[in-house]
Amino acid sequence: MIIPNFKHLKRNSKKSVVGLSERKIAILSDSASQYLVTALQGYGHESGHFFNVFAGGYQEIGSEILGTNSEMYQFEPDFVILFESLPKLKKSFYSQNNEQKNNYASAHLSKIDQYLDAIKTKLPSTKVIIFNFQETLDPVFGHYAAKVTSSLSYNIRMLNLGLMHLAQKTPNLHILDFDSLISQFGANNAHDDRLFVSSNVVTSLDFLPTVAKNISDVILANGGNFKKCLILDLDNTLWGGVIGDDGIERIEIGSLGIGQSFTQLQQWAKSLRERGVILAICSKNEEHVAREPFESHPDMTLRLDDIAIFIANWDDKVSNIRFIQQTLNIGFDSMVFLDDNPFERNLVQTHIPEITVPELPVDPVNYLPFLESLNLFEANSHSDNDAQRTKQYQQESDRAKTKQSFLSETEYLSDLEMQASCDPFSKFNIPRIAQLTQRSNQFNLRTVRYSEEDIKLIADHSNKFGFAFSLKDRFGDYGLISVLILEENDGGNLFIDTWLMSCRVLKRGMEKYVLNYLQDFSAKRGAKALIGEYNPTPKNMIVKDHYSSLGFIEMNGNFVNQTHNYEPLPTFIK
Amino acid sequence: MDQSKILTEINRIFIEVLDEENIEINEYTTADDVDDWDSLTHMELIVAIEKRFKLSFTTQEIFEWENVGAMCAAIEKHLK
Repeated sequence: MIIPNFKHLKRNSKKSVVGLSERKIAILSDSASQYLVTALQGYGHESGHFFNVFAGGYQEIGSEILGTNSEMYQFEPDFVILFESLPKLKKSFYSQNNEQKNNYASAHLSKIDQYLDAIKTKLPSTKVIIFNFQETLDPVFGHYAAKVTSSLSYNIRMLNLGLMHLAQKTPNLHILDFDSLISQFGANNAHDDRLFVSSNVVTSLDFLPTVAKNISDVILANGGNFKKCLILDLDNTLWGGVIGDDGIERIEIGSLGIGQSFTQLQQWAKSLRERGVILAICSKNEEHVAREPFESHPDMTLRLDDIAIFIANWDDKVSNIRFIQQTLNIGFDSMVFLDDNPFERNLVQTHIPEITVPELPVDPVNYLPFLESLNLFEANSHSDNDAQRTKQYQQESDRAKTKQSFLSETEYLSDLEMQASCDPFSKFNIPRIAQLTQRSNQFNLRTVRYSEEDIKLIADHSNKFGFAFSLKDRFGDYGLISVLILEENDGGNLFIDTWLMSCRVLKRGMEKYVLNYLQDFSAKRGAKALIGEYNPTPKNMIVKDHYSSLGFIEMNGNFVNQTHNYEPLPTFIK
Repeated sequence: MDQSKILTEINRIFIEVLDEENIEINEYTTADDVDDWDSLTHMELIVAIEKRFKLSFTTQEIFEWENVGAMCAAIEKHLK
C-alpha cells in the first residue's frame, strides 16, 4: 500500500461510480477547492466508494451554513468539511485591533460553535469535519510570541486546542489534524505559493492525495470501516536478525543502535493493542524458537499476553492469515499485514486483495515513520472496554480447547455457567453501544449505524426502547455484547430497529435469551407482537435465517412473533 | 536539449496530464487550441514540466506565456 499521486486520483475521479457505496460530502473552504474535490472523488475509488462531493463557493462558508435554504442544505450531505486556510486567517487576524487580537481565538471558536448549531438544526445526523489550523512561527514576534496573548501563533494554538475541546463535547464533530499532516509532509512541500497567487489554492498538488486520504480515513472510520487487527512478521520486522540463525542473544532490539527502530515499532504495536487493536503473529519459524524472545528477552516490549493469536510454522502465510481471519471472525478489509519481505507481501496481497499490506521501506529506521505517515488505524470511538479485547480473544481460545473435551453441545453450554444481564441505555454504556452499532457487520440484522448522539436521542425517546445485554461465563466476562432497539408503532407492535450481537458469543443461545427478554417486555407493555426485518449486506449472511430459526413467521417481507401465548425458548443462560 | 526535443517532451507531458492521446502541440499552440487546458490544468502542466526538467519557474513566467513556444523558450533558458 502506498498513497497514489494526484494524476492517478484524477484518472480515478473520471471512472464510473455505478454500484459503489455513496457518501455525500460538502466541502466548505475559504480557498479554491476544485483540486481537493478531484482528489477526494478519486480517493473514494481506492476503497470502492462513491464520494459525491459538493463544493461551496469560496468565501461563502458563512452563507452556506447560516442561510436557511442554501445549496448545501439542498444537497443534504452526510459530512460537512470546513477548511479555513492560514493565509485567510492571517489576513483576518491582522486586520483586527489589539483588543480584538487578544480575543481572536475565542471569538472565532464561538463563530464555529454557531456554525455547528446551525448545521445540527437542519441536518441532525450530519457529521462535521473541521480542519485545524496550520501552526506557524510567529511572523511578527518570533519566538517571543509565547509571551504575547495578542500574537498570531498564540491565537492559532488556542484555536486548535479549542477545536479539540469542542470535539470532545460534540459527538458529531471530528477534527482533521491538518497541522500535523503538514508537519509530516513538510511545510515547504505542502504548499505551492504560485498556486495560491494564481488560483487561490493553498495546498500543493503533491500534498493533495495525503489530504484526501486522511479525509477518507475519517469518513470511512465513521461508517464502521476501520482496521481491527495488526498481523506481524517476526524476523527483521519485530526484531533485527533471524532468531533461528542468530539466536536469542544476537537479535537486535533494545536501546542500542538499529535495535531502537524495532523497539519503537513494538511500542507502537503495544499502544495499539491497549487501544483495542488485536495483534497476531505470523512467522515462518519453529514455534518454540519464535516464542522464546517474547518469554525471556529482557528488551522485548511485546509479550505473549499482548498477542491474541501466535502462529509460527512453515506453512505459507496466505493459509496462516486465512486461519487468523477465521479465528477472529473479522473481515480481511479490517486487517493490516506487516512483513519486511517483499515476496511474502506480494504473495499475501495477491491472494487476499482486501487486506492492507504497507510497502515497508528497506531500512528499518524508516519503518515507524513510514507507518505513522499512513494513518493505518484511524479510530472512530474509544471506550474502556477496548483494552480488554485481547484478553477476550485469549479466553476464546481457552473455551475452544474446553469445547473439544465435551461430547455434546448441551453439555458444553451448561458447563460454561453463563449469566446474562440487561441494562437500559445510560451514560455509562452509550459509548460502547454506539461503537457496537459502528463495528458489528456480521450478526447485525439491519446494520443501522448510530453515533453516540443518536443513541442518546433514542434513550430519551418515548416510543423507542434500548436494551444492552451483557454476558459472562466461568472463563471471563464478555461485557456488553448485544444491543436491541425497539420502536413502538401505531398498530401496537414493536418493530426491531436494531438487533446486533458480537460474534464472540455466537452459538451460546444468547439470541434465545434476548428474545425471551423482549417478549417479556412486550407482554408487560401490552404490545401485540415483535416485528423483525432482515436487510442483507455483503457481510451479514450469517443472520439470513435468524428470525425464522427463532420461530418468527414471514409476512410481507417482515418477520412476526406474536406476544400472546409466547412460550419462552430454552437456554443455558441464567 | 534543443527546442524540438523540448517540444516532444512537453507534448508527452500534455498527453499524460490531460489524459488525451491525440494532443499534438507546436510552438504556436495556445490554451484555446487544447480542450481542458484551463487555469487549473495549467498548474498541473507546470508542476509536471518542472519535475521532468528539474527546474522551477517564477510566477511571472507562468503568467506571461502566450503559447507553447514561449514555454519552450523559458525551459531552454532555465536549462542553460
